[in-house]
Amino acid sequence: MIRSRRRPHRSQGRPPWLLLLPATLGIAFLVLPLAGLLVRAPWPTMAERLAEPQVLQALRLSLVTATLATLACLLLGVPLAWLLARVTFPGRRLLRALITVPLVLPPVVGGVALLLVLGRRGLIGQWLDETLGVTLPFTTAGVVVAEAFVAMPFLVISVEGALRAADTRLEEAAATLGASRMTVFRRVTLPLVAPGVLAGAVLCWARALGEFGATITFAGNFPGQTQTMPLAVYLALETEPEAAVVLSLVLLAVSVAILASLRDRWTGTA
Amino acid sequence: MPKRLPRRLFTRLSRLTVVPLVLAATLSGCGSGAQDASPSGTSSDPSAGGGATTLTVFAAASLTGTFTELGKTFEAANPGTTVRFNFGSSATLAQQIVQGAPADVFAAASPATMKTVTDASLAAAPTTFARNTLQIAVPADNPAKVDDLADLANPKIKVALCAAQVPCGAAAVKALDAAGLKVTPVTLEQDVKATLTKVELGEVDAALVYRTDVIASGGKVKGIDFPEAGKAINDYPVATLTKAPAPDLARKFVDLVLSPRGRDVLTKAGFDAP
Repeated sequence: MIRSRRRPHRSQGRPPWLLLLPATLGIAFLVLPLAGLLVRAPWPTMAERLAEPQVLQALRLSLVTATLATLACLLLGVPLAWLLARVTFPGRRLLRALITVPLVLPPVVGGVALLLVLGRRGLIGQWLDETLGVTLPFTTAGVVVAEAFVAMPFLVISVEGALRAADTRLEEAAATLGASRMTVFRRVTLPLVAPGVLAGAVLCWARALGEFGATITFAGNFPGQTQTMPLAVYLALETEPEAAVVLSLVLLAVSVAILASLRDRWTGTA
Repeated sequence: MPKRLPRRLFTRLSRLTVVPLVLAATLSGCGSGAQDASPSGTSSDPSAGGGATTLTVFAAASLTGTFTELGKTFEAANPGTTVRFNFGSSATLAQQIVQGAPADVFAAASPATMKTVTDASLAAAPTTFARNTLQIAVPADNPAKVDDLADLANPKIKVALCAAQVPCGAAAVKALDAAGLKVTPVTLEQDVKATLTKVELGEVDAALVYRTDVIASGGKVKGIDFPEAGKAINDYPVATLTKAPAPDLARKFVDLVLSPRGRDVLTKAGFDAP
């Protein structure tokens, strides 16, 4: 109701400066650092720096791990969001608050926490090592775990928001027609909130791609195994700030290109 | 209907909150590097910058304990002054100084990082005030029974080293080369404290870190000396900065670091005299 009353205002008149001014400042604040990178980039030596095998290796590892982390988040996060939005149970508020912990935690602390649980001497990690002979730290799987830990809240929060905004009457209608709860979820709920899931997955992927602190703490840093682009950028910064700028730009360009092309494909608009 | 309104509002709010979250994530994704490397630049007095004269010291992370102590000594000897510290990776600190950070004194963990600052004519005549030696650090119970450098070449032993780009990593490469050993670490950490953490938590069986870090860990790890460490000693230079806002205090502080009292504090922490 609120919506239909407000809608006509949308196209009327020019936008008020009280909104326009902070919005412009907001754009400058977000875009200027990128401009800084572009201005400082060592363009003449760019090509030869990009051809270094370590760069491609780190880039490939970043893309693969961020994608796997996003898949893991989808698998666990969508049902979790559904639980939070559709099932009433005691402690739901507390649980919702706990899910945002990885957002508040400094990533390095998140990495230490993961080590304490999944490390070689961790609560679960010890058991994994003894019974299955699996240790996660210093492996590519460990990178995926660290990225998923940090990125999952983004997915859960967006999907839960979408679920809460979705019209539950459609689900009720399906249920009255005899569909089981699972069928309702698969055939009605999921298609209904698909845009929310997509938005959440994109956020999740972007966050996983840029992950630094938890990854270097939990999975370590070894080229080809666990050295993702942000880790390579950080270490390049120690000795060759110019190389760090190049690596950052590569990561930015690739992620923007992928996100833009996905948007085109899925929504049919630019 | 009225019942649904709050829920809608909540949805809107939750949608709104997503935006700042994204910003926060992007910022932390790009910027966390520097943050992670510098174990908190602590200032000894939050009232700094009032009427009191303030001295700002940029110092390598490995000097956190000793310089904090010397800062207190300095404040006691010069009533009314406040010493502020910015501890972090020497390379990061050098970058910050070159970019115009208002510092009075710079104490680096390697001559190379000091050179960045002297090359920019921002510091003159650095003095070496301490040296740091590598040790093999093993968990207190030493599960892999490491007792010399050659054990690190055993593929069954998990080893953490600092990345070659940071001073402790460069020193590790030198020491291993001097011993003619080829070691494949499981990780190349971004600074010496991170390397030490991996040992403390028992994630690796051994690591090469500074003796001062082993001492600072307070018994959580055991340090083992090895002869090749003598080939990879790290010099710590200190200098007053040419654009220091408080040049007199800067000189006094450097004098304190080089004095017998300063030497005393540094030796207790495991540093060698130059």
